[in-house]
Amino acid sequence: MNFKNMFRQAGNQLEGEDAARAQGAEAASKPLVCPSCGKKSDKKELIAALSVCPYCGYNFRISARRRIAMLTDPDTFSELYGDMRSQNILGFPDYDEKLEASREKSRENEGVICGVAEIGGYPCCLFVMESRFMMGSMGTVVGEKITRLFEYATGQGLPVIGVTVSGGARMQEGMYSLSQMAKVSGAVKYHSDAGNLYVVLLTDPTTGGVSASFAMLGDVILAEPGALIGFAGPRVIEQTIRKSLPKGFQSAEFLLSCGYIDEIVPRRRQKDYLTLLLRAHRKGEGYDRI
Amino acid sequence: MTGYERVLKTRQPDRPVASDFIAGMFTDFTEFHGDRRVGDDPAILAGIAFLDGKPVTVIGIEKGHDTADKIKRNFGSAHPEGYRKALRQMKLAEKFHRPVVCLVDTAGAYCGISAEERGQALAIAENLAEMMTLRTPVISVIIGEGGSGGAIGLAVADRVWMLENAYYSVVSPEGCASILWKDTAKAAEAAESLKLTAGDLFDMGIVERVFPEPESLAEQQAREPLFAALRDALDAELNRLSRLPVQTLLADRYERFRKVGRPSR
Repeated sequence: MNFKNMFRQAGNQLEGEDAARAQGAEAASKPLVCPSCGKKSDKKELIAALSVCPYCGYNFRISARRRIAMLTDPDTFSELYGDMRSQNILGFPDYDEKLEASREKSRENEGVICGVAEIGGYPCCLFVMESRFMMGSMGTVVGEKITRLFEYATGQGLPVIGVTVSGGARMQEGMYSLSQMAKVSGAVKYHSDAGNLYVVLLTDPTTGGVSASFAMLGDVILAEPGALIGFAGPRVIEQTIRKSLPKGFQSAEFLLSCGYIDEIVPRRRQKDYLTLLLRAHRKGEGYDRI
Repeated sequence: MTGYERVLKTRQPDRPVASDFIAGMFTDFTEFHGDRRVGDDPAILAGIAFLDGKPVTVIGIEKGHDTADKIKRNFGSAHPEGYRKALRQMKLAEKFHRPVVCLVDTAGAYCGISAEERGQALAIAENLAEMMTLRTPVISVIIGEGGSGGAIGLAVADRVWMLENAYYSVVSPEGCASILWKDTAKAAEAAESLKLTAGDLFDMGIVERVFPEPESLAEQQAREPLFAALRDALDAELNRLSRLPVQTLLADRYERFRKVGRPSR
């Protein structure tokens, strides 16, 4: 479980969006440098292009709210459990300050947003993790919110669509965090055993305790191009094997070739893709109706 | 003893490993190999044994004894095929109505190229989901190191017990210190903050029972009373759990994890 280089990356990649929001129109004319190819793009044009670099196709990290807007039908998203806030249950050093800074930076109460929505007219439950909140790390509130969402979806017979971005379990809540892996996985299992659909979209990065639990339990697992997905972070692996990793190791493309994900779906196709999946999994609307 | 002193103690070479516990607590252990997919992971010992004359499935993360054995067992850091071998044995336990006893002792699941290529994250995730609904009693005992995902991948159970000096943690103290404070020398502080000792985790409701240890477990003579205590406790608890209707067993198991992090706490 290693977050260090991810935090650093996150800072770089999010700079553009944050800066634009903070400075408003002023930043709109400011060019944005792609962390992958180094080429500059106009801020406004980049946002119009769903924050995908026009030169190399690199997917800039985007906020959970923006993702929800991209994936759901307008005005259909209704948030659930939005007021839940983490507390420093172990009295962990500096955690209160980190929580406060993350709330300010992300303007969210926690590292995941849950709710119900419609995608292409089909109702579903939705969770989207927020990288700006402690790199989407999973503490008790993140675990509790996703568990509640799966339990709600099981009760309603609704599919769940999830978008992950996470460095893993949150160290500052110790074993309470690690236990969330089992808790959420259990809720996913009961949702699945009841015959409900769970589609997960893995975005950059998805690692550690999140990849080793609900991120890998989707009936259909999708990923964004170039996303880093793995159990251990690259730095931890390099320290373990004392070698540098081959290029593209742990990328979405690598996972596809190893057989761990179903498809890589670019941003502009994601909503249509999810719509098709939801249409294909409507209950009692196919041959099972006969 | 501080948390970090206990962590260091669990890593001492004279501490008994899973195979010692199996030999000391069960009779006629018979090992089964392989995940029926890619291979056999020597870091996971799995098979059947008898507890008070009754068959149980036993799964242990094995660190090994001498240097050659330790290398063979990858120092108790399992690959995905190890977790899949364990799951295969658990499914057999379910089929034949045997309870499962897991002995956890790992610094963590293996973090290497081969492990990623073969789906370490998926293997652990599947164990978490499948163990939650396994229709037979499961007890996991953290006998030494309870390192993160590699430990919980065999600890979704009806009861989780710990030895007095064992630790169970979301991250190693060294890893935590390195990530948060860029200084592995602060591992002792990290260990305090993480609340990873058996005593802390008992107070937090993460484990149900803590087994006291003697001063040293280096000698077989000192180990015997601990093995006997564990054997008696396992037998009594498995008798209790086996009498529960399976629906109750599974509902209780779900609730055991469900309650961790409810805001009412």
